[in-house]
Amino acid sequence: MTHGSERGGGPRPLFGVLGGLGGLLLVFLLLPVVGLLSTTSFADVRAGLAHPLVAPALELSLVTTTISVALIVLLGTPLAWLVARSDRRALRLVESAIKLPVVLPPAVAGLGLLLAFGRGGFLGKALGALGIGVPFTSTAVVLAQLFVSAPFYVEAAISAFRRLDASLLVIARTLGARPLTVLFRVALPLAAPGLASGAALSWARALGEFGATLMFAGSLAGRTQTLPLAIYAALESDLRAARALSFVLVAIAFVLLVAVQGARGTFGEREEPA
Amino acid sequence: MRRRHVLALAALALLASCKKELPRKGQASRQDVTVFAAASLRESFTELSHTFEATYPGAHVVLSFAGSQTLRSQIEHGAPADVFASADEKQMAALVSGAHVRAPLLFANNELVVVVAQAKATTLRTLADLPKAERVVLGAPEVPVGAYSVKALEQLQGLLGPDFRARVEAHVVSREPDVRQVLAKVSLGEADAGIVYRTDALTAKDKVAVLRIPTEYNVIASYPIAVTASTKVPALAQAFVELVLSPEGASVLKGQGFTPVGKVATKP
Repeated sequence: MTHGSERGGGPRPLFGVLGGLGGLLLVFLLLPVVGLLSTTSFADVRAGLAHPLVAPALELSLVTTTISVALIVLLGTPLAWLVARSDRRALRLVESAIKLPVVLPPAVAGLGLLLAFGRGGFLGKALGALGIGVPFTSTAVVLAQLFVSAPFYVEAAISAFRRLDASLLVIARTLGARPLTVLFRVALPLAAPGLASGAALSWARALGEFGATLMFAGSLAGRTQTLPLAIYAALESDLRAARALSFVLVAIAFVLLVAVQGARGTFGEREEPA
Repeated sequence: MRRRHVLALAALALLASCKKELPRKGQASRQDVTVFAAASLRESFTELSHTFEATYPGAHVVLSFAGSQTLRSQIEHGAPADVFASADEKQMAALVSGAHVRAPLLFANNELVVVVAQAKATTLRTLADLPKAERVVLGAPEVPVGAYSVKALEQLQGLLGPDFRARVEAHVVSREPDVRQVLAKVSLGEADAGIVYRTDALTAKDKVAVLRIPTEYNVIASYPIAVTASTKVPALAQAFVELVLSPEGASVLKGQGFTPVGKVATKP
């Protein structure tokens, strides 16, 4: 804000108008959080956290999102690298396909997963023959999170890899480094801040996942009832528990988002040139 | 400094615009009557709203369907409802004690049924077969249908043995936050069986088989209706309530699987 005008925000009256418009959105975006925080006291949070829904949901959410994010990083990094390094047309299509889960309504995503992995689904039938049922299990929770949150990481990773100075990679190659060495010793360390912030964003999205999980995994305490599902259940009976859970969710998400900014700051990531 | 002023002004402008919008309700030219009704009333109340508009030219029924608990919170926070029809006496009682509605009357009963996925209809033929279902889906204990389901399972122990509830609950894979989610999972064949209201089961009768629960072991959900205290069209709102309670209303409700009860005062 302070150096906005020096950076070319334009003459002061214009800046005022822009600030006013932008400020409106900022205030609006913060309103629900303010509403939540201002009506919840610490006594409420403490009492709410003692609610029987809370502990299993919190544990399940932390465990499943950790697994989801680990899988996303493990599988998403190679995908992002390939997409970023290639200029083939087919991979452009892949890039669009990756974004699909972002625009699908979560309930539709959940229905799609159910129709693929469920009893009637093409994968579900094969798995069923092996005695494996995916819907209504913690595995289904992870798959739902994986589906809705992976695009955030992959997108961030692709642009982090694209921002790398190509000449550095070429120099490393001419100095005799093999492609894998270039990836692990040059590209990954340089792209690390972008990857970390993408992973944190994915994590936050996985933590808040609701619609696909409900549709695909159902809601059972300790097995498939994650924090957002527990909040929804608590809303029907105990508003205080719902607020306490919401408070915890907002707090964790906020820490993750601050970590994103912190990673950018520490590693000195520069803004993308226009 | 100036920047701050602009921000403050913008925030004020936003607040001011909110203030202005709240009291404005509907269009003044025709008479709107806004009906908040439980989700399970969607089909019957939509039909009744057409009847009402035909009887009272110039009147326009605005329908809003959601879970009774949600509608109750909305009314408590000043939502412009003229009539409230709840699937649950508890929500209505809360609004009565907050003086948001006056003198509710019961107008219909709904009962629980067991729905069975079409593919399992041959193996799960009676209530006694229910413990054989591999995947059972119930409503969450926090929502009325879930609480009623547990009560019905308990009462059925008188018929089917003292461990009936436990034997069924051992196969519960999910406790859903609303009754339509229970129905969806059974309709899709992902769950073998579930417990829903009769009216919900009727909406999916080509996809699920229905097992009746004998009345003496069943749980009956009573639906109350009332005019709100804040209504600006009390006569019209009362007329809508009268229609729901009339023989005509009863026949529409019956067609959707409800048991009309006429006019019964709610328990105090």
